[in-house]
Amino acid sequence: MSIIALGMEGGGDGFTAPDASIFWEPLIGEGATAITRPVFLMVIAGALVAWFLLATTKRRALVPSKGQMMTEGAYGLVRNSIAKDIIGSHEFLRFVPLLFTMFLLILVNNFFGVIPPFNYPTMSRIGFPVALALVIWVVFHVVGMKKHGFVGYWKSLVPSGLPGGMVPAIFILELITDLFTRPVTLGLRLFGNMFAGHILMALFISGGWYMLQAGGILPVAGAVTWAFAIVMTLFEMLVEFLQAYVFTLLSALYIAGAVADSH
Amino acid sequence: MHMLTIPASGGEGEGGFWATAAPIIPHPIEFLFSLVVFAGLFWVVAKKVVPRLEQIYAERTAAIEGGMARAEQAQAEAKAALDSYNAQLQDARGEANRIREDARAQGAQIVAEMRTQAQAEASRIVEAAQRQIEAERQSAVTSLRGEVGRLSTDLASRIVGESLQDEVRQKGIVERFLAELESGDIKPERVGGDV
Repeated sequence: MSIIALGMEGGGDGFTAPDASIFWEPLIGEGATAITRPVFLMVIAGALVAWFLLATTKRRALVPSKGQMMTEGAYGLVRNSIAKDIIGSHEFLRFVPLLFTMFLLILVNNFFGVIPPFNYPTMSRIGFPVALALVIWVVFHVVGMKKHGFVGYWKSLVPSGLPGGMVPAIFILELITDLFTRPVTLGLRLFGNMFAGHILMALFISGGWYMLQAGGILPVAGAVTWAFAIVMTLFEMLVEFLQAYVFTLLSALYIAGAVADSH
Repeated sequence: MHMLTIPASGGEGEGGFWATAAPIIPHPIEFLFSLVVFAGLFWVVAKKVVPRLEQIYAERTAAIEGGMARAEQAQAEAKAALDSYNAQLQDARGEANRIREDARAQGAQIVAEMRTQAQAEASRIVEAAQRQIEAERQSAVTSLRGEVGRLSTDLASRIVGESLQDEVRQKGIVERFLAELESGDIKPERVGGDV
């Protein structure tokens, strides 16, 4: 980022590339207790999803309307393609509300990154994905312990049939994975994708705008940059969907691992 | 989650800390609202949306299964109808065959009767004709006999004179001659070359 910014500063008169500070948008209050713009986006997304789901399932038509079809499509994806296939047809149904909520909340918040007037992927602020990852972390440990018992759950981390000497090492590795790696990577993956995608789009658009206003041959480069920004936007939409899907998929995998008969 | 406390203590009062803080430090209010909004939406989804959607799934499955059962029933009915049609068709075909056979037999019988009748008629006609011919021949023979006798006596009397005028004798001679002729004692060659 800084190399591009420096290059631009050398060629023009003072283009500053967007950095992490563009994500800080407090609307009410200041500092740690500020209510920021993404907080509002999160609330709007939640309300929007709740309203849409309630409105499209109200009539419960056997031959669905367009809205109901969309809801059923998303529900079918989470219920059958994710929950049922991964967790198994025995227990999947009780995790469907959790996974469905996760998927839609993340999906809509991600799409806010390319939808005006929001233009801000909520999950690019790490507080949001980390909280959601924490929910999953708590859930898969709790259901695991409920299923196997407290001691049984930790025992189940080590695959049976290992040579006695390897058990402690494997147990520590699995413990780190289970307690630390999984939740952190789950949150960081979503955050990193949204953060990087948004800052890249901001750079393309602001840089293109800067070059369009500059003299000489630069406006041509600016036009090309904007064309790329459009392509990037489409690509970003794909990433936004995929990240919501991957988050839900991995959540289902962790839950499946915890409730499985043996690891 | 001890990370939260570091920016919270460091960021108080400055305001600028959060603008320049490392992006992987979670903002407490954002963290909190993430949980709150998730909890709210989860409640709505778990209490209302998923039960409704599951109900739609169940109803649709039931409707589809009911439809399949109905379709199976309709198929069975169609098969039964087809079977009965086939049976009827078989009956009709058999009846048509029987009628055709009857007609053929009747026709043959009629033809035979007609032939018998025609033969009887023909033989009757032939018989009548023969009888007529016989009668005509008989009458011709009778008249011829009279004619031949008179001619012969005329001729003989011309040759031998009037002595053969006696009716009785003349008749006896002619009868004898004719009887000899019929019995074959007299050959036609003897009478003349013109027979």
